[in-house]
Amino acid sequence: MENCFHCGDACDRTVIKYEDKQFCCHGCKTVFDILNENDLSYYYDLQQTPGITPSRIEGKYDFLENKVISDKLLEFNEQGIQVVTLLIPSIHCSSCIWVLENLNKLNPAVKTAQVNFPRKTVRVTYSSDGFNLHDLVVLLAKLGYDPYLSLEDASVKKTTTDRTLIYQLGIAGFAFGNIMFLSFPEYFKVDEFWLERYKYFFRWLMFAFSLPVVFYAGWGYFVSAYKGLRSRILNIDVPIAIGIFVLFVRSSVEIIMDWGSGFFDSLAGLVFFLLLGKFFQQKTYAFLSFERDYKSYFPIAVTRLFKEYASVDGENTSETSKKEDQAQVYELEKGDRIIIRNSELIPVDAILIKGKALIDYSFVTGEAEPVVKQSGDYLYAGGRQQAGVIELEVLKPVEQSYLTQLWSNEIFSKNKQSGFESLTDKISKRFTITLLLIALVSTIFWLFYDTSIALNVFTSVLIVACPCAIALAAPFTLGNLLRIFGRNKCYIKNSKVIEQLSHIDTVVFDKTGTLTTNQKNGIVYEGITLSEDEKLVLTSTLRASNHPLSRALYTLLNTNGICTLDSFTEEVGKGIEGVSRAFSIKVGSYDFVTEKAQEKSQVLEQSNTNKTTVHIGTSEEYKGCFVFFNEYRAGMTDVFEALSKNCNLVVLSGDNNGEQAYLEQILPKGITLLFNQKPENKLNYVKTLQDQGRNVLMVGDGLNDSGALAQSNVGIVISENVNVFSPACDGILDASRFKQITTFLTLSRQGIKVINYAFIFSLFYNVIGLGFAVTGHLAPVVAAILMPLSSISIVIFTTVYTYILGRKLNLVD
Amino acid sequence: MNIIYMLLAISVFVALVFFAAFIYSVKKGQYDDMYTPSVRMLFEDELVDEKKETSKSTNETTPRKKRLTK
Repeated sequence: MENCFHCGDACDRTVIKYEDKQFCCHGCKTVFDILNENDLSYYYDLQQTPGITPSRIEGKYDFLENKVISDKLLEFNEQGIQVVTLLIPSIHCSSCIWVLENLNKLNPAVKTAQVNFPRKTVRVTYSSDGFNLHDLVVLLAKLGYDPYLSLEDASVKKTTTDRTLIYQLGIAGFAFGNIMFLSFPEYFKVDEFWLERYKYFFRWLMFAFSLPVVFYAGWGYFVSAYKGLRSRILNIDVPIAIGIFVLFVRSSVEIIMDWGSGFFDSLAGLVFFLLLGKFFQQKTYAFLSFERDYKSYFPIAVTRLFKEYASVDGENTSETSKKEDQAQVYELEKGDRIIIRNSELIPVDAILIKGKALIDYSFVTGEAEPVVKQSGDYLYAGGRQQAGVIELEVLKPVEQSYLTQLWSNEIFSKNKQSGFESLTDKISKRFTITLLLIALVSTIFWLFYDTSIALNVFTSVLIVACPCAIALAAPFTLGNLLRIFGRNKCYIKNSKVIEQLSHIDTVVFDKTGTLTTNQKNGIVYEGITLSEDEKLVLTSTLRASNHPLSRALYTLLNTNGICTLDSFTEEVGKGIEGVSRAFSIKVGSYDFVTEKAQEKSQVLEQSNTNKTTVHIGTSEEYKGCFVFFNEYRAGMTDVFEALSKNCNLVVLSGDNNGEQAYLEQILPKGITLLFNQKPENKLNYVKTLQDQGRNVLMVGDGLNDSGALAQSNVGIVISENVNVFSPACDGILDASRFKQITTFLTLSRQGIKVINYAFIFSLFYNVIGLGFAVTGHLAPVVAAILMPLSSISIVIFTTVYTYILGRKLNLVD
Repeated sequence: MNIIYMLLAISVFVALVFFAAFIYSVKKGQYDDMYTPSVRMLFEDELVDEKKETSKSTNETTPRKKRLTK
């Protein structure tokens, strides 16, 4: 079998030969043509088969012709120059970068185009003279690079990225390096003439360098400590802030009174290492967003119909024509008529007026199969039309729709992690109290024994015990784990999530799309065996249809070969009929197939009510049906068995209970199975579990799980393609790694152990340091060695340990 | 030995210049995309080769120059 020169797919249905090359479809051929004509065939040299089959675009982007809408998307629009940044999920290789950055060869109106590969965006500058956003988007779509435009793009203005931490880190590092050099001469206490003379100058220079460290780079610790104390929490930032403050004050006093050179190097080093830990803890995935709601799933605009009334003789108004315009989804009001085309999304709650609707709600409700709706039926927002054009009358504006109201639940405005006490915070409570006690006791001791060094001891204790190593243990361990997770296609929002993951004792799964795949369907045939000829015609008939079930059946049967059909008819929502030579074959619903068939099989009619079936009949008789059942993800049973050892498991499905018996059979015992769960039910169920003191991990995939994902302690979304929409969550797991859920949980639990070991390790350093401090022997050079040594050894320890853990679990090569 | 004031002043000044350059580059978003430039860099050379052999050279010189100078 040949592979397409453009997209690399196998040319199974048709092969188009063109210029000695094979293409799987006309779309691919057209793209090749466009590129070839414009001297852009280098595209194919850069990577083998880099292309993407372009999807059908007719009318899809018409709304961009509306100036109000397109202006919302533009970043810059003045003097005939427009700039726009478009998200293109299909960017995947260097050829993509190359061809997109050479857009000017395809249309001279494009001035520059710049791709940001990690973000999968392209920023295009073009002259608006005879060219507009619509033309640009269509041009991109023609090449297979469809931009992803959603309601979110039109409603939120982009926020600038926060780079404060990088600046702080830069300043601390800069000051640290300089202060180190300046303090070096005095470490060795040589009473050399020139050193004696210039040491004051050196000291004041160090003081100057330390100012931005304390008041800019380290300022966050004071703020955080203050906030912690106000809410009566002794967080780890309290001893750190005390440490920084004491270091700075004592050092300043020392150089003012000419007692010594101070601890400026330790101060700058401490802040630098702490910020480094903070920085390492972050791992951002530019191409993912963990904050999405329905807005990034909904379209910006829909086609609105309005009737134009022309007055005749000033008296009677009569309807002359229906006109279409592109209306923003936010503008839709009750009573508006809108048009939804094939594979478009219904953005508002509406009533079906005209046309056959076959709505796929799998993403919003969890129902596995598309539902047929008749004129007059109520359609909820969020469904995707699967067949033909329909006309709807709007019932509620978008914000008040059934689905979007879920987002008004308070859980979406709450910060989930605020109530969570991390391991570091727990330790720091005891640590801070112990530290203050030691400082007090040793000071009191010295007050009686040798008053002159009492203050020295007090400050020394606070300096040396500053929990730099403790504060670094968690960020580096969790930062490493975050990266290991990321390399295994489990993208976690931040390091706190990993800590929460280690406490999980209850796992709640969604069914549709989470436990089941949406790519394959298990299909079984029940009924009279089909003859070879019948199979041939059946396959040919299926081939002509675009219904998802037909497509699935076709892939199953396409080994049969095909023949030319004499006629083919499709009745939307009912079935298809193909005629070839002697006989005709009907495929579709039971009623459709048995309509004219003489023999009706009454037996089959009653069974399989909850299952998805496609019935087959010829002109003479009813043959039988193909039963579709959801195919569960590979290794699902193993995952459940492994998890059931230390977690309670629940399956919450928005679907009907047609699969209950099967699930009970294949899953281990003691698993709660709940069906027909609405989005609010899921949210409330998770809440009830939490009220019982459980730590819940919610694994879901669609908008219908959003509430539960937000409510749960950790919400993880399973995604077949991480570049497309996924609802707000704490982590995104690539569907191919579903089996590894248990491994991830184990790793997070072991990671917490690593942090605990690191704490013990760093306490050991603290004891040594305290030994120096309470005896009054803390020289600047001791602090300057001990502090970086403890920090670096903790970093090495956690990094090596997490690496070994990852290796053991086969997550690291 | 008073020269040490001068030397220190110069060294601190040089350090500050580099520091300012760092802040500036972060602010301008030079570190926002760490991947694409590494790929883009490789195109230009090959593009020139490719072009010399096959192209009809219409609007070829201007856009490339633009990109190179950017």
